[in-house]
Amino acid sequence: MRKWSALLNGSMSPSEVDPFWLTLTTAFISTLLILPPGLFLAWLLARKNFPLKSFVETIVSLPLIMPPVATGLVLLKLMGKRGPLGMLFHELFRSEIVFTWRAIVAAMAVMSFPFIVRTARVAFEEVNTRFEQVARTLGSGPWRVFRSITLPLAARGIVAGSALAFGRAIGEFGATVLVAGNIPGKTATLSVSIFYLIQLGQDRLAFHLVVLSLAPCFVLLYLSEVFLRKRKD
Amino acid sequence: MSGLVVQNIAIQYSKFALEATFEASAKITGLFGPSGCGKTTILELIAGIRRPQRGSIRFQNAVLTDAAQGIQIQPEKRKIGYVPQDLALFPHLSVRQNVFYSKGEISDVADLFRTLEIEKLLDRKIQQLSGGEKQRIALARALLSHPDLLLLDEPLSSLDESLRERTREYIEALIRRIDIPVLYVSHDSDEIVSLCDEVIVLQQGRVTAQGPVNRLFIADERTHYKLKTPS
Repeated sequence: MRKWSALLNGSMSPSEVDPFWLTLTTAFISTLLILPPGLFLAWLLARKNFPLKSFVETIVSLPLIMPPVATGLVLLKLMGKRGPLGMLFHELFRSEIVFTWRAIVAAMAVMSFPFIVRTARVAFEEVNTRFEQVARTLGSGPWRVFRSITLPLAARGIVAGSALAFGRAIGEFGATVLVAGNIPGKTATLSVSIFYLIQLGQDRLAFHLVVLSLAPCFVLLYLSEVFLRKRKD
Repeated sequence: MSGLVVQNIAIQYSKFALEATFEASAKITGLFGPSGCGKTTILELIAGIRRPQRGSIRFQNAVLTDAAQGIQIQPEKRKIGYVPQDLALFPHLSVRQNVFYSKGEISDVADLFRTLEIEKLLDRKIQQLSGGEKQRIALARALLSHPDLLLLDEPLSSLDESLRERTREYIEALIRRIDIPVLYVSHDSDEIVSLCDEVIVLQQGRVTAQGPVNRLFIADERTHYKLKTPS
């Protein structure tokens, strides 16, 4: 808890932040941040027709096919000191985005956003609209129908999408290394640290981090599988 | 006097076109016709889950839909109970949660539960119910939203012979007991004659006849009812 608040208010000293904990925290924050807009967009794409729908779908999926480094470069231009987002952020909070933990979160969020949207969209599409229609005739407005019918019936897909997004965030490298760099104890995530340890010839230590990065992904995917199986039964 | 007035309602999708005008003023009005003639579409238009391209629907003098004026009252504001053919019981909720989904007043629940004999089913899962039990739960759920009009879409068609008669008795007991008008959809003439006071006959998206059931149907030699041929 102390580490958590210390990271958020920037008072933590670099040596206190290890790659494992930093990666877990930033991946968690990133997944949490993209969940509401991701679900909203997924629902919109599943249920509504609107102009430029195909364009929106393409933009959302772009990080899936773009080289992560290219995405990172775009983010760097947007969030850098002279970028529009960077300047706005500085204006509002007197603080920088790039080469801080915020840049890690931003890179993770952009790279894992398509996973939430695409998986949740399929989940929403699979919910029989008949249930929603009948719920409306029973006196429920659209928001209650979404909360009580659509969301629970799509829960399996949403959990699966969130697990995938979290896993993708943990493994994120290309975009992160460009926008956050490799500042030991500050922005060095598991993937970035593994890369640099290998470059330094410290394979043993790199392998240690590989095992560390595998553990949360395995636990998360295992738990989501158990959850999905339970709901199916 | 149910006061349901459907005027020049028109909707077209893929190869099907519906154009209908009728008034339903009896306690139980049947909507009769072969499969695919537009019966379900009419119920969906009345319930507000479909929007017509033309025409209007009024109930007890209140406008529910008027395409010309761009009026489309939302389904949750219509106070119309709808039991679709597939029942649409919420699979992730228990029977009890389904029944009380509308969060309506529950003062007269005991009487309703007794009529439908569903008290003992409340703690089960939806998946554990038989077809007839599901039908009764869907009826109770719709009625607990305290509707002013009840729409029933082929409530007996998916049941096998042994359950049909028993469920028909439940439905008959229920719709005679409640004091709201019912629009009852069926393609089965015997069902319409035994349950309804008046009938609207629909064929290929058009209303072809309307009137009291005993005027429009005639019993054949095996006491099955069929539509009278126009003279």
